[in-house]
Amino acid sequence: MRFNFVFGLFLVSVVVLAALLAGLLAPFHPIMDADLMSSELPPGAPHWMGTDAQGRDVLSRILYGARVSLMVGVVSQIINSTIGAALGISAGYFGGVWDDFVNGLTNVMLAIPSLVFALAIMAVLGPGLPSLLIALGLTNWSWTCRIARGSTLSLKSQSFVLAAKAAGFSDWNIMRTQILPNIVGPLLVIGTLGIGSAVLAEAALSFLGIGIRPPTPSWGNMLTDARELLRTAPWAAIFPGLAIFVTVLGFNLLGDGLRDMLDPHMRTRRE
Amino acid sequence: MTGPAPLLEIRDLSVHFARPRPTIFHPAEMLRAVDHVDLTLHEGECLSIVGESGCGKSTTALAVMGLQEPTAGTVLYRGKPLNGPGAPGRKERARIAQMVFQDPFASLNPRISIGRMLLAQLSLHGIASGSEARDRVAEMLTRVGLSPDHARRFPHEFSGGQRQRIGIARALMLDPRILVLDEPLSALDVSIQAQIINLLMELQERLKLSYIMISHDLSVVEHVSDRVAVMYFGRVVEEGGWKQVFTTPTHPYTRRLIDSVPDMDAVLAQRRELPPPAPVPDGARFSPDISARPDPRTMPEPSHLATIGPDHRVRLAGKAP
Repeated sequence: MRFNFVFGLFLVSVVVLAALLAGLLAPFHPIMDADLMSSELPPGAPHWMGTDAQGRDVLSRILYGARVSLMVGVVSQIINSTIGAALGISAGYFGGVWDDFVNGLTNVMLAIPSLVFALAIMAVLGPGLPSLLIALGLTNWSWTCRIARGSTLSLKSQSFVLAAKAAGFSDWNIMRTQILPNIVGPLLVIGTLGIGSAVLAEAALSFLGIGIRPPTPSWGNMLTDARELLRTAPWAAIFPGLAIFVTVLGFNLLGDGLRDMLDPHMRTRRE
Repeated sequence: MTGPAPLLEIRDLSVHFARPRPTIFHPAEMLRAVDHVDLTLHEGECLSIVGESGCGKSTTALAVMGLQEPTAGTVLYRGKPLNGPGAPGRKERARIAQMVFQDPFASLNPRISIGRMLLAQLSLHGIASGSEARDRVAEMLTRVGLSPDHARRFPHEFSGGQRQRIGIARALMLDPRILVLDEPLSALDVSIQAQIINLLMELQERLKLSYIMISHDLSVVEHVSDRVAVMYFGRVVEEGGWKQVFTTPTHPYTRRLIDSVPDMDAVLAQRRELPPPAPVPDGARFSPDISARPDPRTMPEPSHLATIGPDHRVRLAGKAP
């Protein structure tokens, strides 16, 4: 439905703008403006979302935290989509031993809880943004791979793929120009859903204390900090939680809407 | 026979597939989709391969195109093998033979405009680029009865008949010598069928093409073919010139096939009843018994193709004499 796309795009744009313009929009500095005298203030001027235990402005931290969340979500999902699409398309297209191998690998990846796997990678690489990107980028490609493989299987016996082969195009060219454009819809949907779950995974890892290192604000470590304040200052947990919710919802709706828009039957010729 | 090698020669071609086994305790069985098929295509000729679905005619076509690796046998183009070691690569092969597919809706990539699809072939083979390539595309679209500005459109904007014309344009873009037509009409309306067949015949004449036409519809085959091969369960059961096969169909399966065409009156010009079968040498039995649907795995072995007239061969039971 068009509504999904528009609303999803709206939510995602809000989050992206918040991240880009955090420096302009944030009324306080997310780290430096700690003031124990104004800790755990409820929402109201000038702290529209209240303050946390150290007296830092929750709104400002959420705005800066959006940078981390979006960066982690988008970059790690790009890595995931690339790995998943490359493995899935090649496995479906070539079949045989390579297909068996990729299938086995995918099943193993699906069997290991991805968060636990990411945790293990983080334990090896140490906390920080780059290792977070790698850890989340390597652990969530199995669904992309499965979908890419399945769609490729049904496409490769279509006669337009045979025709491309007969016309002399290389396998690489066929996978890139005949198969990929036809499965980009489902991959995009999975990808946007993946951004949502990567945002969640970042929050979870940061919540566990091995993601983004404090005091750099991320929605995950804001929740960690707010855990102890749930009774006294629930806003410190509610607003980062809402930010995660809005972001994930936005990407999911955007994914749905994109799928509908990419349907070639809905695309009309440009006169 | 001496003289120049025929344009295309299929020699002892077999394509077998492993049947899925119900359990691992069942013995492995092979599906003999194509079983020891020999066929010859001469320059400028149209060879039709007819038979019911599943008889191996499409698999034969795919093997000729190099889209299906044969289990055994060779395909020779002007005497040079197209498969096995020393075979030409995919690009070289593309200049020899091209294919028009049965389903005009599955044969075009829905995400690529017609112009882009045709241009990609020209640039891949380094035939033309830039405005010259666009001119060629426009010329080809006109040749198959479309308009040059159709190049900007996407497949879903075309009707079935138009798509089949695009399929023909794509196949002709590289100027191949052989066109393999895999049931090019069966997905089309009768009125459109006539247009496409006329287009194909016109193109064959103008471009000096040779056709391999795969069909289950004898009334279509009748219009275009010079030679006919009837396939049944992976084997050629009767083969010869158009006239020989249609006027004196000899194998019971061929006879049944011709019998089943409602308007064969037109084909045979005067009568509904088939002429009596040609005398068969040495009283050899025909196999299989066509009255019941035989199990292909129990088809009598051995059998051989016997010549029963000028340019007319039919499969008989028993070893070749």
